Amino acid sequence: MSISEKPPLAQEPALVVDDVVKRFGRGTEIVTAVDHVSFSVQQGEFVSVIGPSGCGKSTLFNIIGGLLSEYEGAVKIGEERISAPHPAVGMVFQEESTFPWRTVIDNVAFPLELQGVAKSERMDRAHHFIDMVGLASFEKAFPSQLSGGMKQRVSIARTLVSQPKILLMDEPFAALDEQTRLLLGDKITQIQQELNQTTLLITHNLTEAVQLSDRIVVMTYRPGQVKRIVDINLPRPRTSDVVGSDAFGHYVAEIWNDLREEASRGMADSESAASRRAAHG
Amino acid sequence: MAETFLRRRGPELFGAATLIASALVFEALIRGGVVNRYIIPPPSDILLAFERVIVEENILTRCRDTAFEMIIAGGASVLVGVPIGVLLYRSALWRRAMEDWIGALAAAPIVLAFPLFLVLFGRSPKTIIVMGFVHGLAPIILKTVEGLASTRTVLINVGRSLKMTQSQMFWKILLPSAMPIIFTGIRLSWTFVLITIVGIEYLINLGGVGQLINELAERYDLPGTYAGICFVILVSVLFFLALERVESWLQPGR
Ligand SMILES: Nc1ncnc2c1ncn2[C@@H]1O[C@H](COP(=O)(O)OP(=O)(O)OP(=O)(O)O)[C@@H](O)[C@H]1O
Ligand SMILES: [Mg+2]
Repeated sequence: MSISEKPPLAQEPALVVDDVVKRFGRGTEIVTAVDHVSFSVQQGEFVSVIGPSGCGKSTLFNIIGGLLSEYEGAVKIGEERISAPHPAVGMVFQEESTFPWRTVIDNVAFPLELQGVAKSERMDRAHHFIDMVGLASFEKAFPSQLSGGMKQRVSIARTLVSQPKILLMDEPFAALDEQTRLLLGDKITQIQQELNQTTLLITHNLTEAVQLSDRIVVMTYRPGQVKRIVDINLPRPRTSDVVGSDAFGHYVAEIWNDLREEASRGMADSESAASRRAAHG
Repeated sequence: MAETFLRRRGPELFGAATLIASALVFEALIRGGVVNRYIIPPPSDILLAFERVIVEENILTRCRDTAFEMIIAGGASVLVGVPIGVLLYRSALWRRAMEDWIGALAAAPIVLAFPLFLVLFGRSPKTIIVMGFVHGLAPIILKTVEGLASTRTVLINVGRSLKMTQSQMFWKILLPSAMPIIFTGIRLSWTFVLITIVGIEYLINLGGVGQLINELAERYDLPGTYAGICFVILVSVLFFLALERVESWLQPGR
């Protein structure tokens, strides 16, 4: 983040990850999924966490989202140490998470329904976000009638609809093709800028991370540590056109250098399909 | 046109054709003397007996009585079984303690315990209904627990991240997610309930179609007996059609 572009307020970061450690299992079977990870996200900033498959990204996501309450260190929003879901946080999950018994529009309107928003208003707002993710003609469809990528877009719309102050996304675009991914990235950037939303994106996709972020946290392969934090000084407002620029290519090459090492360690470590995905990214 | 009609109605047509074909095969076997007609009457005789059992034996009233018992017993096993399933799902201790017993209950030939129920409830429809209910309970309990337990973790996480209350979580995520499996339980349960009801009617010679079948059998009116059995099947079909309606109304898009 270039300080000059943003008001140089000495403001508190919106989200602080302070020396977080998470281990699974006991005895000799202990896996350290997240190892002394620290970084912070400023109000309105877009930060990506990138790393090979199995490096603990989803674990970190669950901790920040308050779904994993037992961990060492601290995740803080304001003064509060997170150990349960925080109302200011909206989450988009890595796994398919639409409700199969609800239509697209009822899926998207779901958070508003919980908040007791009147029906006509929640339909309007849901409609707006469904439109944004390009599913306007599928409002009355059920998830079983949609493709994987379309379902994922429904989940994204469902999280955006309640306009969370802090947006957490775990590989939300993984099931999308490159074109849709770029265009949806534009849409996300647009609302993120409009709402001045603090966003943390978990990804293993380098292009996506550079296209969208103000900063990128590069993780190592197991144990998941912060390898490096890279500022992305590409101008805003920014669209997917930036992908063609020299500066963009420069960042991608630079981060790939770091990532390649980790990804190859991951590959060597396991022959799993998950590792193959990381090598693509 | 003809093609789409076939595609849409194909399975039903095929089912009906199979039924008619097997009736014809039996007709031939029985008339040919391969199968004893005093064990299985020819389908044509059974068909002819329909009018008699309707007009003389009032079988439709009997069906109504059986259906009434079925509604009470089947309904009660849903209304009691689902909540018990929910409680078992909530309490790991109770679940571990009870699941095997309930499984045993599902497999037990409860029908044979009818003398006990006769003592408890007398020779009345109460006995029939209670026994049907008891037999229908176990599958619903087991499938409710199974359905709730198989709710995908990520859906529960969505609920948690939206800070849903326990009761919102139950009504808006767990229950709808469990619904298809609960309905499988209801289908199993209602099969048990109907078998039990008709069986007990037959055994204690009381009430609806089961008793009539008993009477017809004692009179050696075999075509009438088999016609009666056809009406039991009819009642069962009606219940399952109704259940299917409710299911697709409760959970469209599945
Ligand atoms: N509940 C759990 N119990 C035990 N181990 C776990 C658990 N959750 C995750 N792990 C382990 O923690 C490590 C990190 O997993 P995590 O899901 O956070 O990876 P990831 O970076 O999100 O991978 P991917 O990119 O494939 O989604 C893995 O080695 C995994 O086996
Ligand atoms: Mg993950």
